[in-house]
Amino acid sequence: MRNMILFSLMASLLALSACVTINIYFPAAEAEKAADKIIDDVWQIKKGDQPATPADTPAPTK
Amino acid sequence: MKKIIFVLLLLVAPLVMAAADIDVSSPAVTTIRTSMHARHEQLKPLYASGAIGLTRDGLVGMHDATVVALKDRQSVNSLIAAENDDRNALYKEIANANGHPEWEAEVRNTFALRWAQKAPAGWWYQDPGGAWQKK
Repeated sequence: MRNMILFSLMASLLALSACVTINIYFPAAEAEKAADKIIDDVWQIKKGDQPATPADTPAPTK
Repeated sequence: MKKIIFVLLLLVAPLVMAAADIDVSSPAVTTIRTSMHARHEQLKPLYASGAIGLTRDGLVGMHDATVVALKDRQSVNSLIAAENDDRNALYKEIANANGHPEWEAEVRNTFALRWAQKAPAGWWYQDPGGAWQKK
């Protein structure tokens, strides 16, 4: 039984670390929000000035 | 009991994967933002007159040089070059600050789309095919 716990702990740790380090997928939605934040700042766009929100942008093609 | 612990650990693992976020507050990024913000006052009339526009690769480029007086063209070119240096550095720094230098191209593409989308009416931008469009 002890072995079983040890095994499951190791397996979970492995899975956890794999997830943390191999986060290779580009977070498109987060990047879009981050870009908007910077653009609003650089262009001094006040909230509500622009109707453009991530919701009305076409879905990413990849 | 042990089974429960096992199942719980397995359930927690995917949650870590979902916690990806993009950080845009690194010192380098903040410096570039400030510089771009300051330059925007000079770029604004050039966007509005159609002299310059937003390119599909997330930069700015000359769209119609004829609306710029001959004596001012050199300074407009310098402004474009300085802005593009900042933009290139910005995309690179965001990718680096998030631990993924290989994301630079995707960061750039995201910005290119968002600059164009957020541009006010009358400004010029390049569509994904490279053709100039007026907002």
